[in-house]
Amino acid sequence: MRIGLRIAAGLLLGITLVVWLATGAHTGWTKTRVTTMRIDPITELEYPEIEKKFVAGVDVLGAGTLPALALFGCSYLFKSQPTKKRKDHKP
Amino acid sequence: MTKTILVMTTVALSAAAMAAPQAFDFKDPKGVNNAVFKLDAPLEAINGTASGVSGTISFDADDPEKLTGKIVIAAGSLTVPNPTMQEHLHGEQWMDVAQFPEITFESTKVANVKTSGNKTTADITGQLTIRGVTKEVTAPVSFTYLKDRLADRTMGQMQGDLLVVRTTFTIQRADYGINPKAPADKVAEEIELTLSLAGAAPKK
Repeated sequence: MRIGLRIAAGLLLGITLVVWLATGAHTGWTKTRVTTMRIDPITELEYPEIEKKFVAGVDVLGAGTLPALALFGCSYLFKSQPTKKRKDHKP
Repeated sequence: MTKTILVMTTVALSAAAMAAPQAFDFKDPKGVNNAVFKLDAPLEAINGTASGVSGTISFDADDPEKLTGKIVIAAGSLTVPNPTMQEHLHGEQWMDVAQFPEITFESTKVANVKTSGNKTTADITGQLTIRGVTKEVTAPVSFTYLKDRLADRTMGQMQGDLLVVRTTFTIQRADYGINPKAPADKVAEEIELTLSLAGAAPKK
């Protein structure tokens, strides 16, 4: 159980970090739209071009990291299984 | 004699036509016209845009002081990158777009007009209505008059002139009842608004 919880915590933390890093390691809130400012060649006005794109923010990072830490902490509630002593076989 | 009168009448009418203010329509089919709003917040500033711009400005390049007009922004077109924030922004506490679907600015006074070439700057005072609350605001506005450039934007389908309008000014959130309960340490009291607009006056 102890090992299982630690593996689950590690996987959750790893997946969260990979998603956060892969979508740009954004240090603000999560975005589902990304705005890029463009310039109109005739009027020279700056205008937004909005693209639907998922960018994980610190809220996603927190939502993955905190349960991972909780799972890791819970793992201490379970005793580690004692290692079995090998019997020496004497011929 | 008749010929002279006819020529004089034609010249007078042409001069009058040239001096007449033009009506620029700001419903832009290219979707370039936009308003950008910015509020400071602790983690990151809330930056949003609105693209649903319409309205008309009557502008005379020879006499910019006579400018009149009204710009309308569809409140439902206000967009922020975060979906939860977007829901809150359109909701009752913030912009209440269901009850107040339009943000309007109607000019009432033009001052400090300076023209250089095709560029004019002025302080425009007008009635700004947000969430049904109307307040007088004065904004520094720059106008760029692009004569005969409408054809370039319409692939030659329409002839006419363009008027480019740019302005940045600030308003106070509480003045318009925009979530007055939200503490200023969470969301800034001041909202910075930037409008970038192009209007077209087709020649008939």
